[in-house]
Amino acid sequence: MDLNFTGTDVCAVNGTRSAPEAKYDLVVIGAGPSGIAAAIEGAASGASVLLVDENPVSGGLMGNDTPLYFGGRMTAATQNADRMLEAIFMSMPDLEKAMEAGVELLLGTTAWGVYRNGPGVQSLPEQVVGLADAERSWLVGFDRIVLATGARDLAIAFPGWNQPGVMGAAALQMLLSRYGAFSGRRIVVLGSHDLALETALLALEHGLDVAALVEVRDTPQGDAALLEKITSAGIAIFYGQSIAASKGGLDGIESITLTDGTQIACDTVCVAIGLIPSIELVDAMHGPRALNAARGGYIPAGEPNVTAVGLCAGLPDTGFDHVAYRMDWVRAALRVNAPDTIICQCEDVTLADLIGIQPPNYLPRPATLQARSLDTLLNDGPANPDQIKRLTRSGMGVCQGRRCRDQVAMMLAIESNKPFGTIPLATHRAPVRPLPLKILAEWDEPAAMDAAWDVWFGIPTQWVPVEDIGTEYQDAHREMLYTGMYT
Amino acid sequence: MSGSEVVIVGGGVTGLSAGWWLARSGVKVTVLEKFIVGWEASGRNGGGASHYSSPLFDEEQRLWPQMDELLGYPTEHQKGRILIAMTERQWDQYRFIAERHTRLNHPVEVLDVKQVQEAVPLAGDNSFGGVHYKFGGHANPQRTVQAYAWALQDLGGTIIQHSPVTGFETAGGKVTSVKTANATYGCDAVVVAAGPQIPQLMAQLGVDVPLAAARAEMIITEPAPMMPLGGVDGHKIYGRQTLRGNLAYGGGPHEWLDVDATGPAARPSTPLARNLAKRLAELLPKAAHLNVIRSWAGVIENSPDGRPIIDRLTSPDNVVVASMSSVGFGLSPASGHAIRDLVIDGACSFTNIDLLKLSRFDGLEKDWREKRGWMPIA
Repeated sequence: MDLNFTGTDVCAVNGTRSAPEAKYDLVVIGAGPSGIAAAIEGAASGASVLLVDENPVSGGLMGNDTPLYFGGRMTAATQNADRMLEAIFMSMPDLEKAMEAGVELLLGTTAWGVYRNGPGVQSLPEQVVGLADAERSWLVGFDRIVLATGARDLAIAFPGWNQPGVMGAAALQMLLSRYGAFSGRRIVVLGSHDLALETALLALEHGLDVAALVEVRDTPQGDAALLEKITSAGIAIFYGQSIAASKGGLDGIESITLTDGTQIACDTVCVAIGLIPSIELVDAMHGPRALNAARGGYIPAGEPNVTAVGLCAGLPDTGFDHVAYRMDWVRAALRVNAPDTIICQCEDVTLADLIGIQPPNYLPRPATLQARSLDTLLNDGPANPDQIKRLTRSGMGVCQGRRCRDQVAMMLAIESNKPFGTIPLATHRAPVRPLPLKILAEWDEPAAMDAAWDVWFGIPTQWVPVEDIGTEYQDAHREMLYTGMYT
Repeated sequence: MSGSEVVIVGGGVTGLSAGWWLARSGVKVTVLEKFIVGWEASGRNGGGASHYSSPLFDEEQRLWPQMDELLGYPTEHQKGRILIAMTERQWDQYRFIAERHTRLNHPVEVLDVKQVQEAVPLAGDNSFGGVHYKFGGHANPQRTVQAYAWALQDLGGTIIQHSPVTGFETAGGKVTSVKTANATYGCDAVVVAAGPQIPQLMAQLGVDVPLAAARAEMIITEPAPMMPLGGVDGHKIYGRQTLRGNLAYGGGPHEWLDVDATGPAARPSTPLARNLAKRLAELLPKAAHLNVIRSWAGVIENSPDGRPIIDRLTSPDNVVVASMSSVGFGLSPASGHAIRDLVIDGACSFTNIDLLKLSRFDGLEKDWREKRGWMPIA
C-alpha cells in the first residue's frame, strides 16, 4: 500500500465542529441586578439579548457547595426546582421587566465555557458560550458578552470546618433573602468588615440568633454605622481571635472554641471574611485579568466584546485592602490549625500534606518522598498552585476548587514568604461548573466530527508494529486500522 | 563517561528520564526547562504505557513494574488494559489487534460482554466485547514526571526551571555549552528533548528536524468507584481511571499549530469536550451521570511518519536529539535508557533503534507539512 498524500488531514479538527444553535447580539451571564440592567439596556438599543442564570441550581450541586458555599444548611425546599424558580421571580421583580423589554431569559441555565479563536486555537467557526440546563448542553453564538457572574464565598479552614454548618456569607444571604431556605438557627459570623456586619444584620432581620462575631484583627474593620447596629443589638464581637477548635455531631457544627478559650454554642459558622469576584469564565477563556486588592482579588482586565459588570468586575472600592485582610486570617489559620486539619475537603488534603507536598493517602510515601516538602520544591522555582494541585490533589475535586483554591494560594504565598500577587492563580478550566457526561455530551454532533475522529492522529505509519514493517502484516494493519488521511 | 557533564534541553518526560538514566551512570546532569517540569504534553496525556508498535516496547514493559522502586517515588503505575468495542467495526479491529498480539506471544484475552462488565463495571451490556491486554498499563503522568525530576536530583542532578534555552556554543564539531538568558552551561554532550521547540533549537545547529505541532484535548470526571481494571480504551478514545477514581479521557481531532521557540502560546481547550463526553458516556454508560470537572489541552509534535526520532548526530557529534512524536509518556522509561546509551556508548544496548534515525527523512520534500495537510488553519 503506497502512501499518497492528499494535502488534507481528514483527522484534523478543521471544519468538523457544529455551528451554535442560536446567535444573539448580546449574551448576558448572570441575572442579578447588574446583569438584568445590562440586558434591558441591550434590548432597549435594539439588540437581540439572551440573559441566562444558573440559579436555581440543583439540590445536588448546592450540596457540593456550587456555586456558593452553602455548607449543607439548605432546607428541603431547595430540592423543589419549581418552588425555587418561583422564589427567584418573587425576589427579582426586574426579571419580568427584562422579559417585557424583549430579553430572552433562561434560568436554571449554566454558562460553563466561553470559547473564541485566539492563540492556540483557530478552528472555532465563531465565538460561542457553552450553556447547559438540567436536560442538555448547547452552544450559543454572540457578538458581545456581558459577564455578571457575581462573587463567590471565600472559605478559610479551621479545625472542623469540613462539617455541615460551616458556610459562606453569599450563600447565607442567598438562602435567607432569595429562597427563605436556611436551616440553621444560631450563627457565629467570622469577620467584622462590611460583609460580616451586613450578613449578621440580615440574619437578625430574619429572626435568627447571632451568637457572636469573631475578628482576627484587634479592631473592628467595617462601616461604623453598621457596627453600631451590631453592638446595640447586644452582639458580642471577639477581637484578635480565630477559631481554635470546634465540636459537632451528625448534623454538623455544635460549638466553636476561640483561640482565647472562649466556647460559643452555634449550629452555623458563617465565614464572612470576603467575597471572590467570580472570574471563572474569564480565566477559562484566557481573558486578561488583574489583581486588585481593593476590589476583592483578581478581576477581569477588560477586552473588546467582553464586559464584566457588578461584583464579578470587582467589589466596590472603599479603600479597604481585602487581600491584606484575608492574609491576616490565613496567617492565623496557619498558626492555629493542627497539621491534620483538612484544607481540601473534596480530596481530604490536610494542611501537613499540602505544605509537605505529600500525595493522597492511597499512595505509598517512601522516605524519599517524605523528605520532599514545599521548601524543597521552592528550591526549584517559585510556588505554582497548579503544580501543587497535581502533587497533593488540593483543588482537584468535584467542587472544582471553590472551597480551597483561594486559601491555598494564600497559604503558598505565606509559606514561601512572597506577596500574594506573586503566586500565580491556579487555572480555571471549562466546564466551570460540574456537568454530567450525559449533559455535556453533544449527542447530535455533526457527521463531519465522527468522520474526523481517530483515537490519536490517524497517521498510518505511527502504529504499525515494528516487527511488521515491510511484512505482509503491514498493509493488513493499515487497511484494518486506518482510514482517510492517505489514499 | 562518569564525571562528564551533560545538559538536557527540555524538562519533559523524555528529557527527565534521559537525565535520570545518565545520572544513574554517574554523569553530571543539568536539565534546562523553560517553565516547570512536565508542564506541557508530558503532564497532560492519558498515561498509557502499552506501546506494542515501538522498538522500545519490550524495555517499556520490563521497566514499568519496577519504576516506583527505581525512582523512589510513586508513579501510580497499574498493569493491564482493555479495549472495549462499541461498534461491529471496532470489534473487528480490536480482534485483529488481539490476533496480532497472540502471534507475538503478548498475553491477551478476548472477553465477552459479561466478562467486560466484570472487569469494567461502568461498562454497559451494549458492547460487542473486549480485548484484555495482560501487559502494558497506565500511570499518572504528572506524578511520574515529578518522580523522574526528584529521582534525578537525588542522584546529584540539577534541574533549572524557568530557563528557556536560547542557543548553543560550538567548537571543533561539538557543542561546548548551552545558553539561557541568564547563564551559560558548559557541557560534554547535549540532549535536545524539547518537544515542539526542537526544530527551532536544532536549526541553530544547522540541523533540520521535521516536526509539526498540534493541540489535542482531554476531559476528566469526578471520581467513580474503583474498577478492577482501570486502563480502559476503546470506541476511539483513550484514557484511564485514576487511582482516585476519576475518568480521564482523550482522543479525537487535533488542530495543527505553529509553535515558536518559546513554546505554545496557549493551550486552550474547546467545545470538543462535548464530543469526548459523548463517546465516554457511550463507552461507559454507567458513568454517564458523573460530572465532568475539567477539560484541558496539550501541544504535541509529530514527525512525518509519526515515529520517534532518537538519534545521535554526526555533526555536532555530541548531540542527541529526541522527539517521541506524540507518544512519549508511556515509553519514557525506555526512551531515557536509549538516550543514555546513545550519549554514553553511541549505540542503543537493548534494541535496534535504526528505525528512529533522523536520516530517514533525508530528502524529505520541503512542503511535507502541506502535502499531509498538517498546516495551521489560516
